[in-house]
Amino acid sequence: MTEAKIFVRRYDPETKKSWISEYNVPVEGDTMVLDALVYIKNKIDRTLTFRYSCRMAICGSCGMVINGRPMLACQTKVAEIRTPIVVEPLYNFDVIKDLVVDMDVFMHYLKEMKPYIIRKEEPKEIIVKSEQQEPIINPSACINCMLCYAACPVFGYDQTFKGPAALSLLYRYLMDPIDQGREERLKIANDKDAVWKCSFWGECSNACPKNVDPAFNIQRMKLMLGLSSLK
Amino acid sequence: MDKIRADVIVIGAGAAGLRAAIEAASMNQKLKIALISKVYPMRSHTVSAEGGAAAVIKEYDNLESHAYDTVKGSDFLADQDAVEAFVSRAPMELKNLEKWGLPWARDEQGRMAARAFGGMSVKRTFFAADKTGFYILHTLFQRSILYENIERFDEWFVTSLIVENNRFKGLTAIDIKNGTFHYFEGKAAIICTGGIGQLYKTTSNGAINTGDGMALAYRVGAPLKDMEFVQFHPTGLPGKGLLITEAARGEGGYLLNNQNERFMKRYAPEKLELAARDVVSRAIFNEIKEGRGFKGKYGDYIGLDIRHLGKDVIDKKLPTVKEMAEKYAGVNPYNELIPVRPTMHYMMGGVHTNKEAETPIAGLYAAGEAACVSINGANRLGSNSLTECLVFGSIAGYNAARFALEHDYLEVSKEEVTREENRIFDGLIKKENGIPPSDILYELKDIMEEKVGILRNGKDLEEALSSIMKLKERFKQVSVTDKSKTYNTDFIQILELDFMLDVAETITYAALKRKESRGAHYRVDFPKRDDEHFLVHQLVYKSEYEPRIELLPVVITKWKPTERKY
Repeated sequence: MTEAKIFVRRYDPETKKSWISEYNVPVEGDTMVLDALVYIKNKIDRTLTFRYSCRMAICGSCGMVINGRPMLACQTKVAEIRTPIVVEPLYNFDVIKDLVVDMDVFMHYLKEMKPYIIRKEEPKEIIVKSEQQEPIINPSACINCMLCYAACPVFGYDQTFKGPAALSLLYRYLMDPIDQGREERLKIANDKDAVWKCSFWGECSNACPKNVDPAFNIQRMKLMLGLSSLK
Repeated sequence: MDKIRADVIVIGAGAAGLRAAIEAASMNQKLKIALISKVYPMRSHTVSAEGGAAAVIKEYDNLESHAYDTVKGSDFLADQDAVEAFVSRAPMELKNLEKWGLPWARDEQGRMAARAFGGMSVKRTFFAADKTGFYILHTLFQRSILYENIERFDEWFVTSLIVENNRFKGLTAIDIKNGTFHYFEGKAAIICTGGIGQLYKTTSNGAINTGDGMALAYRVGAPLKDMEFVQFHPTGLPGKGLLITEAARGEGGYLLNNQNERFMKRYAPEKLELAARDVVSRAIFNEIKEGRGFKGKYGDYIGLDIRHLGKDVIDKKLPTVKEMAEKYAGVNPYNELIPVRPTMHYMMGGVHTNKEAETPIAGLYAAGEAACVSINGANRLGSNSLTECLVFGSIAGYNAARFALEHDYLEVSKEEVTREENRIFDGLIKKENGIPPSDILYELKDIMEEKVGILRNGKDLEEALSSIMKLKERFKQVSVTDKSKTYNTDFIQILELDFMLDVAETITYAALKRKESRGAHYRVDFPKRDDEHFLVHQLVYKSEYEPRIELLPVVITKWKPTERKY
């Protein structure tokens, strides 16, 4: 058992003050940053505030910036990163308190993508081969952790950009073998704040903890729009 | 103070809650549905379910077989009429999700592919890689966005239900983001708040699984049923408790002891690793107890071997297993054993409902893990719970909507709201210099793990019960350190702990009273099943000093109890 020093960027919405808290936490080889934060909450400082739940990188709650990089705290090992560790709330979002950010903008963009199957009539029987399903496997793995928004330079200076995860979800339904909403979806992609605002830094795909490739998915939609305009 | 009105209020936005909300919303567009959850829907614990969802869809399968497997898995405590209703609706629910875009794994013909699962006599577990719960949750959440008459209250925490003359009429809740207190009037409500994993030290469950809905219902007089039946999943990662899915064994994985022996052949000669979970968990426990485990820093463990499945199967069908093994256990499953130990996983018990998802309180419904129909009896079969959320979620949604169309609002009085407001704000928030909730929480987890775990006995259970009573007494000294109104998780965790203590008491009390061994409830002092005295459900009611138990006979339609062998 060793000790790790952790600095956490704090924010108190009631006084509008921001400051850094310093904690010393006992850690072992398999201690995750999340374990350390839970330890602080339970043993050192009850006021430290963050979201978390599943502890296994699937619920998407514990996204935060760790040593300058957007990461999931539950799968980031203390022993494998530089100490002292600096933990901050996700970049590019308004902070509600400490490490908790305001998700409203993201939830709003998700809704705008119409993330449900659009069909004229219900299919009777669905026959879909694995290879037809292939294109949606990557974009459907998104856990809505919003690390890609924290990593996206465009979203950083322009919050009207719909952003990587939402657009990737749009692509997922656009490519769905049983969906019939192609025209409607391409219109959403063609919006001035959608795919054309992406300047292809690729940081979203680098940040994704589930290997979703929003950068690629967005470029594909640009290509589709380009091709359909030639018709 | 704001009053919010909704025809149907759904508490909890996991698979059961979302399915219920969609069903109610689509039944009649004029109905307003309020969907309240303490987390954003996609954070709900359904997301962690891995293996799959069971239903009779394949031509080689039949409903009777699924029903019998479920009844046998339950150690004959499931209500057979409920099980029959469950299996017959299951196929439609899974196909519904297919129409809503869920990327179920496909077979060669392009139809939904099935895999083997513990206690299921044929392949009937449908899956999407080993992230089935994740896909179900996101598909339902995204679908729910389509319904304009569903209004979501994300990150709102329900503190109490309001019931008058045995009829539901409203509830109180806190908007976590700004700490404001509100009350709702509703014609009907559905409890879909999931399980109780946080009562135990080692659990596969997320931090949000604190039994809120069970305690909410219990406090207004609804009985909890089958609470003594707590499922320990055979293959959790030591120390962390995180789950390695049963699909690892369904796809052909073995369990090995330190003699390199597939020891399950001595416990379940026919089904081996795919016996019911309670059987496999006790077998692992026994191997470890008798010194045939591997040594590890979190205690001895057993090896899960998937090396022989090969890289292709592991990458394609078990990617989460690989990820978990590498990231959390530090082993490479292509060529190393994955260390596993039983971990607390699922609550068979819950708010007592009939097969229409109705609780004994008019207008109050429950579905999913928070409810107990009972189709799971003394032991749930893997891959029945996701299906249960869908089947009884939709039944609850439909029935609650119908109830709402036939009834009017009942007024919630000022006094009723003020009483709850005082309990919370004067009773908890204003208190100074008390003890932090985490001290009590850690003690509770230790007690439950050590004395209300896989192997139980009367003396331990008595001790556990008296310790829990002491913790309840000490809880009165808990105070909130964080005095801020905004996103106060210190405060929310105290409210959760309050619920957990009630739930822990009902589990321990019911376990003490059931003097037999059945399914997941194993009493070392009463090691045999006793159908003569205990082929009954125990309904636990809140009463003044200690809980009160009423017995309810098990419904038997076709299958007489026999000895359970795998």
